[in-house]
Amino acid sequence: MEDLTWIQILAALAGRFLPVWIALAVTLVLSFWFRRRLGLYGRLFDSPIGLVGLVMLLFWVFTALFADRIVLFDPLSQIAQMKNKAPGTAIPTGIGHYLLGGDNLGRDVFSRMVAGARRVLIIAPAATAFAFMVGITLGLPAGYRGGRLDAGLSFIANLVLAFPVILLFYLLVTPEMRTTGLLTWLAGVLFLFPVIFFILLWNSRFFMHRGKRAAYLGVTLVVGLWAWSGLALNADPLGVWSMDPNLLNVFVSVVFVNAPTVFRITRGLAMDLATRDYVAAAQTRGEGPWYIMLWEILPNARGPLIVDFCLRIGYTTILLGTLGFFGLGVAPESPDWGSTINAGRRLLTIAPHPALVPAIALMSLVLALNLLADGLREESLRD
Amino acid sequence: MLAFLLRRIGVILLTALALTFVVFWLTNLPPNLEKLAKSEASARMSDAEVDSWLDRNGYGGPLLVRYGEWLGVMPGWTRTAEDGTVTGRCVARGGDPAQAPRFCGILQGEWGMSTVFKQPVSEIIATRLGATGVLMFWVMALMVPAALVIGVLAGMREGSRLDRTLSTVSIASTATPEYVSGVVLIVVFSSSLVGLRWFNGSAASAMDGITFENFTLPVVTIALYGIGYIARMTRASMAEVMTQQYIRTARLKGASFPRIVLRHALRNALIAPFTVIMLQFPWLLNGVVIVETLFNYKGFGWSLVQAASNNDIELLLGSSVVAVFVVLVTQAISDIGYVLLNPRIRVS
Repeated sequence: MEDLTWIQILAALAGRFLPVWIALAVTLVLSFWFRRRLGLYGRLFDSPIGLVGLVMLLFWVFTALFADRIVLFDPLSQIAQMKNKAPGTAIPTGIGHYLLGGDNLGRDVFSRMVAGARRVLIIAPAATAFAFMVGITLGLPAGYRGGRLDAGLSFIANLVLAFPVILLFYLLVTPEMRTTGLLTWLAGVLFLFPVIFFILLWNSRFFMHRGKRAAYLGVTLVVGLWAWSGLALNADPLGVWSMDPNLLNVFVSVVFVNAPTVFRITRGLAMDLATRDYVAAAQTRGEGPWYIMLWEILPNARGPLIVDFCLRIGYTTILLGTLGFFGLGVAPESPDWGSTINAGRRLLTIAPHPALVPAIALMSLVLALNLLADGLREESLRD
Repeated sequence: MLAFLLRRIGVILLTALALTFVVFWLTNLPPNLEKLAKSEASARMSDAEVDSWLDRNGYGGPLLVRYGEWLGVMPGWTRTAEDGTVTGRCVARGGDPAQAPRFCGILQGEWGMSTVFKQPVSEIIATRLGATGVLMFWVMALMVPAALVIGVLAGMREGSRLDRTLSTVSIASTATPEYVSGVVLIVVFSSSLVGLRWFNGSAASAMDGITFENFTLPVVTIALYGIGYIARMTRASMAEVMTQQYIRTARLKGASFPRIVLRHALRNALIAPFTVIMLQFPWLLNGVVIVETLFNYKGFGWSLVQAASNNDIELLLGSSVVAVFVVLVTQAISDIGYVLLNPRIRVS
């Protein structure tokens, strides 16, 4: 078989992403049609920057979703003759082409990039969501109540924030650390926060509806503690929830680093919103403090929090890449972008594509999230 | 003001104490010590031998006592072997135990020996920090003016085409971490693929002498990531200042636009970016570690990575102290500077 020219490579790439284009077109057309009924999301269509970010982000989301259909080869399989081959090189056995070339072990750069997208797009939003649960659950009472609780929590948050991130990673994400059980302990604490958050949420809402309250709390407790036992302690009796220990290390460290910033933002917002009239009205009605925090203050703080959520997913992606770049907490053959960049950087002057492809992928994803956040901020400030 | 300063310093000291204790605890966890014993003495030691080696070398005591010894507020350990020779934390090898000082921790300037480089930690940190200081100087010299100019130009006419363009550029720059921009820059400016070959892809030779060829890429790589963030802060601050009453007054007075920007707006708009620039230091540290690894520049970040990946406990502790200190001092400067620069804030 012949090697491909650049135009052929681009055409083949566009063809591989066909499921993504279809999904993208359907989503955008439907969203545009119903944009007036979709609230803040619908108003993104009025902001060019936000729209560009949204399209780029959706591209990566669908790529992660359809990764199995897009990849051409197994991301781990090696073909010795394809080491460091240029993009578009045909495979000697004639079963196809390496569209974006081969890396230093003869693996397909394109397939690894797509497989890496799935990894990043699962871990980064999940870790950010956990960080938000922790930050919000602690930040709301700190801002609303103030006093000693606030002083204590703020001191701890500042402590974590003053810690150089890279040093923390080097100390926490090591194979030795797993044997001490420290991270399992930390995971046990951090992963409990989503359960606490939802229990407080339902309990304060349905305090007077006995039946509803019992049902909501029961379901939350059973599902939450079940998932918690599996994810944090790796002791799920049914074996449904589990997490690779390497991944758990990375996940916990990233949540731990992000949570204090979310805490500070939520605290600031809660302090500001606690002085509003509707909070005073709720207090006069005799609502409990958690009801006021979770059902009066939190919904009104959603704008800045959503914007920060977008930015923070991007930041978490950068952090995950940093971890991969230093080879911390990743399996040696893992296709995630950071470690692929790290593996490719040694041969950068001879064969740049193995490092360049994941580098551009990571940049475009983070850029998408930043643009989306900018668009959301602009649109949410408009009213 | 004095009370504010004292309280600030108190919080800093408390934070520094807590952070160094955490680092000490994490580096002195049993598995790390076991690895140290095996790498220093023999890889095939049994568990009992490891324990006795640790005990003989002063790693046996309670954690808090060892932390006190390391800090220099507790007397260093001494130990008399069966044949009568005295060893101790403060006793130099072959030295006279009677002459040895009672305290020898980092407060006394005893930072210990690096197991990787076989040199005193204080020497390593001093030289490496010097190398990183040079790098940081050039980063600051490039980053701060560039970011301020971009921010002021974007913020002086909010919503204009110039503003849109520059804002997008700054968003793109914050979305590009150092390990991405570094890779892209190396490919573009020093690989045979593009063929420009303007700069060196490695800064290893910059240790002997800095040249334009070997130092441009590392400096630009770190600066790029920071420029976007500072520029966006400056833009926001500038845009806010431009809506103030005194700007309108200056306009009505008939002052020209450049004069309004330079004389009336600029000084007030630069208060917020000052804080941001100071708070950038912890992130710059991150960037320094990545860039020094990527470009093989043997500075502070590089030695931190070496220490961490080779379980060099003393060097890692020393580096952490310096890193934590830098972060806390810049935070304090940013707080105090903000109060001094902004006449509207009164601390009493």
